[in-house]
Amino acid sequence: MVTITKVSRRDFLKITGVAGTGLVLGFYLPLKPDGYAAAQPLTNAWLRIGPDGAVTFWVHRPDMGQGARTALPMILADELDIEWPKFERVFLPAVDPQVYGSQTAGGSTSIRTSWVPLRTAGATARSMLTAAAAEAWGVEAASCRASLGTVIHEASGRSLSYGELAEKAATLPVPNYPAFKDPEDFHIIGKPTPRLDHPARVQGSLTFGMDVKLPGMLYACVARCPVFGGTVTGYDEAAARAVEGVRGVVEVPTGVAVLAESTWAAMKGRRALNCKFDYGEAADLSSAKIAELFDEKQGEEGYATRDDGDVEAALAGADRVLNAVYDVPYLAHAPLEPMNCTAHARDERCEIWAPTQAPQWAHGVVAATFGYAPENVALNIDFSGGGFGRRLMPDFVVEAVYVSKAAGAPVKVVWTREDDMHHDFYRPASRHILSAGLDGSGNLVAWKHRVVAHSIAATLHGGDLRQAAGEATSGATELPYAIPNCRVDYCMANTAVPVSYFRSVYNTQTPFANECFIDELAAAAEMDPVAFRMRMLDDEPRHRGVLELAAEKAGWGQSLPSGHHQGVALHRSFGTWAAEVAEVSVRDDGSVRVHRVVCAVDCGIVVNPDDLAAQAEGAIVIGLTAALKGEITIDEGRVVQSNFHDYPLLRISEMPEIEVHYIKNSENPSGIGEPPLPPIGPAVANAVFRATGVRVRRLPIRPEDLRST
Amino acid sequence: MARFTLQVNGESHTVNVDPDTPLLWVLRDTIGLTGTKFCCGAGLCRTCTVHMDGDPVPSCSIPVSSAEGSEITTIEGLSGNGEHPVQQAWIAEQVPQCGYCQVGQIMGAAALLARNPRPSDADIDEAMSPHLCRCGTYQRIRRAIHRAAEEV
Repeated sequence: MVTITKVSRRDFLKITGVAGTGLVLGFYLPLKPDGYAAAQPLTNAWLRIGPDGAVTFWVHRPDMGQGARTALPMILADELDIEWPKFERVFLPAVDPQVYGSQTAGGSTSIRTSWVPLRTAGATARSMLTAAAAEAWGVEAASCRASLGTVIHEASGRSLSYGELAEKAATLPVPNYPAFKDPEDFHIIGKPTPRLDHPARVQGSLTFGMDVKLPGMLYACVARCPVFGGTVTGYDEAAARAVEGVRGVVEVPTGVAVLAESTWAAMKGRRALNCKFDYGEAADLSSAKIAELFDEKQGEEGYATRDDGDVEAALAGADRVLNAVYDVPYLAHAPLEPMNCTAHARDERCEIWAPTQAPQWAHGVVAATFGYAPENVALNIDFSGGGFGRRLMPDFVVEAVYVSKAAGAPVKVVWTREDDMHHDFYRPASRHILSAGLDGSGNLVAWKHRVVAHSIAATLHGGDLRQAAGEATSGATELPYAIPNCRVDYCMANTAVPVSYFRSVYNTQTPFANECFIDELAAAAEMDPVAFRMRMLDDEPRHRGVLELAAEKAGWGQSLPSGHHQGVALHRSFGTWAAEVAEVSVRDDGSVRVHRVVCAVDCGIVVNPDDLAAQAEGAIVIGLTAALKGEITIDEGRVVQSNFHDYPLLRISEMPEIEVHYIKNSENPSGIGEPPLPPIGPAVANAVFRATGVRVRRLPIRPEDLRST
Repeated sequence: MARFTLQVNGESHTVNVDPDTPLLWVLRDTIGLTGTKFCCGAGLCRTCTVHMDGDPVPSCSIPVSSAEGSEITTIEGLSGNGEHPVQQAWIAEQVPQCGYCQVGQIMGAAALLARNPRPSDADIDEAMSPHLCRCGTYQRIRRAIHRAAEEV
């Protein structure tokens, strides 16, 4: 092992410009080898090159299927200039954000916020290795070049491997501004690259959170009150204990946990509890009452997030005014791996195995809740069977620590599908009230969009109205079209239904309203929907770029199979521009079939094009599922749906052909996990209008709204 | 509790479990074969698919008592080291995203190809529609099944 001695921590901060992130070539800091951290050596390094040439990368982000644990090493390996995939990966546990920055897999950030730190780390190491070779040969560093794990001096034909150079390189000064590779020279970035974990995935040997097993571990299921905010007031402990394999019953803040020798015994024991509940204040909440709340709130004064020109005057003076109201329901995330977490809580320390998207959040909440010193909480990040935002929440991790503490043993808490569906933090319901004015030439002169929505910021984080409005109108405030008079405002309408982040967050709702209403206006102006948008995008070249590309690849305006109709939508979110054209037919019974989706994105440099396509396909499918099927309804204070029979997902027989195209440029990468989702709902709804003449103004799209007979 | 003898991946396992325990939990918790995944617990998503005498079944909905006497194959027994043509096709087409449903998808596809070596798109729809995927990999699943069919 090689240790850098010349570099202070302050230097690292200077090098990367990112708090606490830094290259440490061979720097290794073993932490408290007491059996806990030993298996997960905590090192503040992105990479290490051993004297034997072995390269190790530390991967700091979770992988819930988005491919971060392949894409992040791609960036490092390319900039370091080694062969792919000749390195070992170490998956970091949750560590202090000061050390590696955010470890959250959310907000489509894994690549876009790691791009510069990882390139810096790779380039710094490559530069130091090159300097070490130059020094060894007594030549100028500029006359040497690094290539695939070797530094070469062309003039003399000499070369040294990174392993041979590592020890010397570690003694050299760390360059302040190492030169990044020219994107033209990337040998890994931009090439479709198979995911490193897929062999294990197809053999069933990848360890998901659900697969964790510890010596002496008990399994647990928790009985929770089905009504939001309700509590368990009584239960039959003897009946639960009478179930074979049940080892105990413990109370935790979320309910009553049955501890057992197997998952099945825990499930059976939980059923035997036959709990009594105090349903609390939300016992009479229903979807109808929530609609009434929205009716009431939409008339209140809105908090404006945008107010250009004079909308009221422009509407009063417009040639034609259109009005429309769009409604979007609550949604459950429903990742296929139900929530679960394994914890071993002791008095002074705690170790956790969690399939989480936000390990640092869970880590911090556990430390604060139980009074552990942060360094005494070890949170191992397991692979997740999907996340879609659900696994950002720390609730299932905290609950498992409570159960383990009460049990005095390591415990895996397993949620059933019904638990998952009834105790999600849902995509907020929202209503969108829009008015717009056209002048005599069909120009859009006024736009007013009022968002009425349940606030995540206010109910989850105690955010104020300004924060709530900014979040809930995201995607509405940033309407890209040149409209001289434009107002967007927000009315908060919170209920007892817990809410949080769903893939694309409020960008799942606002573009549905924006892009359907734009389509209505195009029709009113008797203009082609693509042309109508294009003439308001003079100052938006990247919007224009994706819209043109999607229209071209989809054959917009050309002949289609009989009964097929196209719809288009455009939306920028998470730093990425996306346009989609959906080709749809509608049967007489009102059922909608989506045949083809053409997606065009501009997310800057594409790290792994195959993964980009996969992420876009996934975002489109989850958005299509929401558009055609997704709805969580509330009755008697609880979620009505419970499993996939009443919360259906899209099936292979309903799957459209999806084509993904991207703009090639050399801008820094932006997100891709979420941005292809927002346009699909409005693109389908707009195609449905062309097929039926019926405007879709609520989701999901209902056959009864479209039936022609 | 009762004793059951199961034939899993060519090996005999005698387990002492509650007779109504679903096969899924015997495989996962008792025998330790965690490749088969738990998802809906109600036969609605086919994530937990295993083969019973060659037929794809949702192991979450098969009580252990009905599994006795059948030859059970799980993903661990489908091939020695991932060399089954379906697994190879899944890699070639980069099908998985999270991968949680993919074991069930692969077991479903392997059973389909065993009885229908050249499935049409309609055959694939029929056989694979019960299998849910939340990540949206269906297009690649279809391509991978066609690819595997060519290689079987």
